[in-house]
Parts: sequence; structure tokens; C-alpha cells
Amino acid sequence: MADLRCQIAGVRSPNPFWLASAPPTDKEYNVVRALRAGWGGVVWKTLGEDPPVVNTTSRYGAIHFRGHRMAGFNNIELITDRPLEVNLQEIKRVKKDWPDRAMIVSLMVPCTEESWKAILERVEWTEADGVELNFGCPHGMSERGMGSAVGQVPEYIEMVVRWCKQHTRMPVFVKLTPNVTNILAPARAARKGGADAVSLINTINSITGVDLDRMAPLPTVNGKGAHGGYCGPAVKPIALCMVGEIAKDPECRGLPISGIGGIETWRDAAEFISLGAGSVQVCTAAMHYGFKIVKDMISGLDNWMDEKGYRSLDDFRGAAARNYTDWGQLDINYEIVAKIDQDLCIKCGLCHIACEDTSHQAIAAIRDNGAKRYEVIDAECVGCNLCLHVCPVEGCITMVPVENGKPYMTWAEDPRNPQNLKAAE
Amino acid sequence: MADAPAIASGLLPPEAYAANFDDLNPPLDRRAALVEASRCYFCHDAPCIAACPTGIDIPAFIRGIQTDNVKGAALEILEANIMGGACARVCPTEILCEGACVRTAQEGKPVKIGLLQRYATDWLFDRELQPFTREPSTGKRVAVVGAGPAGLACAHALARRGHDVVVLEKRAKGGGLNEYGIAAYKVAHDFAQKEVAFILGIGGIELRTGVELGRDVHLADLRREFDAVFLAIGLGAVNALKVPGEDLAGVLNAVDYIEALRQAEDKAALPVGRDIVVVGGGNTAIDIAVQTRRLGAENVTIVYRRGPAEMSATAHEQEVAQLNGVRIRHWARPVRLLGDGHVRAVEFEYTRLDERGRLAGTGETFHLAADMVFKAIGQLLSPDDLDGAGDGVELGRGKITIDADGTTSLPGVFAGGDAAAHAGQDLTVVAIEDGKRAAAAIHRYLTR
Repeated sequence: MADLRCQIAGVRSPNPFWLASAPPTDKEYNVVRALRAGWGGVVWKTLGEDPPVVNTTSRYGAIHFRGHRMAGFNNIELITDRPLEVNLQEIKRVKKDWPDRAMIVSLMVPCTEESWKAILERVEWTEADGVELNFGCPHGMSERGMGSAVGQVPEYIEMVVRWCKQHTRMPVFVKLTPNVTNILAPARAARKGGADAVSLINTINSITGVDLDRMAPLPTVNGKGAHGGYCGPAVKPIALCMVGEIAKDPECRGLPISGIGGIETWRDAAEFISLGAGSVQVCTAAMHYGFKIVKDMISGLDNWMDEKGYRSLDDFRGAAARNYTDWGQLDINYEIVAKIDQDLCIKCGLCHIACEDTSHQAIAAIRDNGAKRYEVIDAECVGCNLCLHVCPVEGCITMVPVENGKPYMTWAEDPRNPQNLKAAE
Repeated sequence: MADAPAIASGLLPPEAYAANFDDLNPPLDRRAALVEASRCYFCHDAPCIAACPTGIDIPAFIRGIQTDNVKGAALEILEANIMGGACARVCPTEILCEGACVRTAQEGKPVKIGLLQRYATDWLFDRELQPFTREPSTGKRVAVVGAGPAGLACAHALARRGHDVVVLEKRAKGGGLNEYGIAAYKVAHDFAQKEVAFILGIGGIELRTGVELGRDVHLADLRREFDAVFLAIGLGAVNALKVPGEDLAGVLNAVDYIEALRQAEDKAALPVGRDIVVVGGGNTAIDIAVQTRRLGAENVTIVYRRGPAEMSATAHEQEVAQLNGVRIRHWARPVRLLGDGHVRAVEFEYTRLDERGRLAGTGETFHLAADMVFKAIGQLLSPDDLDGAGDGVELGRGKITIDADGTTSLPGVFAGGDAAAHAGQDLTVVAIEDGKRAAAAIHRYLTR
């Protein structure tokens, strides 16, 4: 039994699996069901100033990818539409009843010091473990100068974080929007302002599709559509990249990260943690399957850690971040070539046509007495992996390292680099 | 000698036997398991769970397979059903979990739950992991009579709770019908013994074989010597045809032949007839018919007195028989076995339902040539098995009377499995649930 206990920015939870600020954490009823199912903590759906917002009907869009439902998901829902006092009472009660679970309260108020100071005082009364500043919401609230409208301006982030740190003893998490060109700018601003941790990614600006009969973007509200926030399994690679960027940034060194974005399984969580995340936050997977999915997340992570000999999350946290580098640091001398296992090959020809039409013409299509056969031409293969990815048979195509005896060499060191050619002249 | 019955052994090429008695349904590899697992909708309040007598959280274990948490999946199964590996092979899933699967309703193609369950449990068995530990010893001792699914499930659950268990088994090996009574191609490769070893692997369970209740031990002694007793003795007797000629040579109990077949080192040495007639309509009838076909019998006919819908063998089982070249004839009953010392033929009378819905003969008959006839018309509790028990255990409808917890009429004596008048059908998975429930009741009784 591995130790799954999690500590991030002073906030403790029995496991790293938290529910993200979203519809599943909108009220006591759902949150208690989640905690009962085993979730380590929750980030309560974003509170704002009264009067509460009003939502549209039709709120979610989804990408169903070739038979798999909700590979991507999008919403145009705003922050909580319930009165502040009701939420605060419930938060206080839940924290009292579930003292070992992390209770983080997501907040979004207008960009004035008074607004932030006022709401922080009221949240402190709940005895929650921390607050998360929602600088990420990309739709609706941003049109009112909040959410990602703040998160896209590093100076605003720094300013608001500074106010919050001044007016509360609670750890301050800053939830970052991915709708920026470089995630390091807002992350560094959060750190400069004194943030205790960052949470990312929030959702990505998106239109999930177009209703070609009504000629309107999806999801459609009475004939019109607005962009929403994209999430779910499809966004995981983007989220992993942004988490990794922050984890390896010298200016953000040591800044705790709560990882969010398409996390559905223990393996997803392990990937985020290995790239430096402290806790992970989940929403879409819970919205798809219910809270019970956490059971497999806990047991799967536990079993995997046992198998690997990791006793605690810290044993592998950030282990992959250390190998996350820039292209310029990669070994230009490393060589692999594709190998096709002829016994497993079902002769679908996808590897050949992918390579022939779009890559390096390195897989020959052979007719041997009428029988089809596909063979790698080693001399032409550049080891790009395309054939491996298109092959429908697991284990049929493998990439085999070539023992070329060459040392690890970066592009900067490579004699073919024009800089080096120039120097050699 | 031209008239000698055509019974012979070694009818097939030697290599055919291994293939014929190998897994009927080969296991899934990882890729196939992932594809199949991805078909699960992960339903809320899933109907498959309700359809499983042991209540395995099927979507939860399939989730584990989906996420490559196969160990977690296996534990999810084994926590609910310690013989989940056997059940994955022998359960009539078409009338249990897979029959209830929402995909059956949606498209007639359930998630292959049985094969997925096998994938997960095999994973754990292949790695020889022992995930279970015992609670501190309670000092209590329980006797379990019968090392079949009910007995072993009960013993394991009691051992987990810290009780010491002695399992008394009249046969040479544990496993019950998994070892002796189910078709070889359903429980191939000595799986039954591997599973017994896995169950005993928790510790605190002593298996004493060759010990028979009523012969070697008596219930009164067990009650004195142990703090509680669980009777899981199964059904030791076979129903008779009660027609003339039943004592002819070549007229056999299907269960006896299956037992011999399961224990035979060399299947080629088993004598089998050319023309075989099986009387009955249950899984035993199917198992004997298919296995004799696979030993090389030429004509195998199952004759059942009612229609296909009334057969207790499921539609899937009937299909398996037919795919193996077994002919199934309905609406006929044996009236006479013909022969001169050895059976030669069976005379059947056509049957129908009369105006009041009762089975009746039509008076018309037909003959089927037979050099072997197998009786597979059900088993019953043998009074001998409880004889010498000293104290009388109350029986009802020919079985041991129990309540929902497996409590019998005698204090400290519990019962389950096929010998007990349980609510469910006589299935392995029902017996396991009996054992599990009785263990909980025995634990309460011992710690009251």
C-alpha cells in the first residue's frame, strides 16, 4: 500500500484527487456525495458577489470522436448561480463534517481591492483550507472584466494576488487560463504577487461544432452560439505541456501546481504528478461517469506505485519534468528505425501508404506470389514513428534503436549546424 | 461378435484430445480486453451487478481493465466472489450479467463480461499474487464439510476473519464440481486446482481429503469438536429413469462419466460408444453430450421430454451442443432400454402437453440405437450423505432447510450450496454466494 497522502501549499488531503471548481462542486449535496465516494478534496464552484449570475439553458457542447462519447467537452456556464450566503453556509458545514478533505473555495469578483477583501473575509469564516482565484473562465465572465480577462494580463494577476495575500491567511491558488501565448507570463506574475500555488489549465476557447441546419455554433442558445470553454480528454496534452513548462521554469521553481485538464484515470494523474503537479483536479470524467470513478483512480495509482516501488507521491513527483527539455537539448545522434513483425502483420497497408504518401517512402509494398508483404527499408527510415501510430495491431511495429556508436550530441554541437559551419571556416 | 457394442477408446489422432478439451472460449489478450472493456457504458446502478448472484461491481472492475489497473480489477472481483476465476469460465453469463447488460437490450451484443472477468483474475493468478491477509486469530474453529464452491468460499471468508477452518472433503481433491463435474473445456488446464491452492493460500484453512460425513466423521462429533459447522455436501445421488432395462451394461450416470473424464490423465484411454443417447435437458446433459462427441462418438443425441424453452440448459448451451454436432430431440421420453446384457437401443414415446398443461405420452414411439446411454435428469441429496449425523438436520423438498443466512434447524450448523434449499438455481456462483453469506452469519454467531 503506497501512501497517497497529498500536501500542496500547506493544504492536506488523503489522496491527490480533487474535484475541480465546476458544476459537480456547486452545492453541499454533490460535494458530500463526492467525498463519500472517496475524493480527496474539492474546489468549490466559483463564488462571486451577489446578486448571483443567471445562466442560459443549453450549456454544454461535446465532441464525440468516432464512437467515443465526450472525448472533448465544452461549457458556457457561468460561476455559481446561488446566493453567496447559501454557499458559505454549506462550505462551512462540509468542511466541519469532512475535516480531512481539502476544501478550496474558488472566487471571482470585480477587479477592486475592496471586492476581494470583502469576499475573502467571508470565506475565512467557513474555515476552508484555501482559495483559488478564478482567472481562467474564458466565457461570459470575461466579458464583464473578470475570469480570463484578468488571467490574460499578468500585471492584473500580480496585483490581485497581492491584495489577496494581504487580506487572508488562507493559501492562495491562482487558476490560470490557457488562452494565452505563453503560460509562463501569468504563472510568473502569480508567483511575483505571492501566490502559494497555481492551478491549470482552465478551459480553452472553443466552438464544439456548427449546427449546419440552423447555421449556428454549438452549443446553440435559441439560434445563436457563443464560444465556450473546452475540456475533457482531448485537452490533456495541452495541459501537460503547460504544467511541464511551469515545472521546469527557473523563475517558477518550487511553485506548487494543481494539475487540471482531461484527467480521467490514475495514469493521467500519475502523468501530471510526474510532470510536477502536487494535486490533480477532475471535472469532465466525473460529469461523464459519476463520482465513483475515483475508486479506480485511487486503487490504480496505489497499485502502480507499489509495482514501481514508489512509497509516496513525492517519490516520483516531477521525475518526468527533469527530462522535459527544449528541442535544442535533444540527442541529434539518436537513431531508431521501424521494425514490422511479419507474424503479427494483418496486411492492412496503412503503414505503407502513410509513409509512401506523407513521409519518407521507407516501407515497401511487396507482392510475393500474390501475397502482400510490407517491409521497412532501413536506409530510408528516419524513425519518425508515423507507421507505429497508424498501425492497428498492438506490438506489430516497434521502433528499434540503431547502435551507431555516436555520442549524445545536441544541435548546438552538431557540425551540420550552420553556426558551426561558419565557425569552422 | 459382429453384434458387440461399438465401444472403443483412442478413436481420434492423439493430438486431437488436447485441442478438443482445451478452452472452449480462449482468453482475451490485452488488446482484445481493452477493446471489449471500452464497450462498457459504466452504467449507474448497473443491471449486470444486480444479475450477479455474488454482486460483483462489474462496471468497476471493467474500469480497472480500461485503465490498466488490472490488479485493482481482480481484487474488485475477488472481494465479492473468491472464485471469480471459476465463475468467469462456468457461469451461464447469458442468463446472468451478460443477459442483463444494457448492450444486450440495445444491440443484442452484451459486453463480454465473463471473458473480461477471466482476463482480470488470470492476471492475478499468473503472477501468483496473494492479496488477502487474515485478521488476528479469534481462537474459534469451524468445520466445513465439502470442498466445493460453497465450502471453499465459506472457508476463505472465515479464515479472513481470523477463524481457523478445517475443510472435510470425501474426494481426493478440493474444488467440487469445478474439479469433478463441469466439462473439461470450460475449466481447462488444471485451473480448478490452481484456484483451490489460491484459496488455501490465505492460511488458516486445513483441507482434509478422503473424509466422508456419515462414514468417517459424524455431525454430532463435529458439533462437539468445532464452534460451528457448515454443510456444503452437494448432491451425491442421481435420479433414476425408472424404466425397464436401466440396469443394462452401458447405461451410465452422466456425472460419473464426467468425473472419470475430468480425472483421466489420458483422454484417449476413455472408452466411448458410437451411438450415444443422453436423457435430460440440463447443463449436465449438454456437457456429457459434447464431451463424448469430442472423444469421437459418431452419433450423439440428447432427448428431452419437453421443449427447448423448458430445458434448464441455456439457449447458448444448446447452441454449443449443436455446434458440436449433437442432435437435440425434444418432446420424447424413454419408456424402455433394449439390449441383451448390454444396451442396444432406447425406445422413446413422443410427449405433448395435455389440455391441462401436463406432460403426457402420445402412445407413438421411436427407437434410437445406443451403445451408451447417459442419465442426466438431475441429482438429489443422498440421505446416506447425512446418515450417521446423529442429530437430525431438518430437510424440506429433499434439501437441507436453511434461512437466508444459511442457518439450519440445528444451532451452530449452517448449510449452503446445492445440498441446501437456497433461493437460487444450483449454480456455482449461487453456491459461492451461499458460502459467503453463511460465513458472515457464522462470524456473527461466533462473535455474538
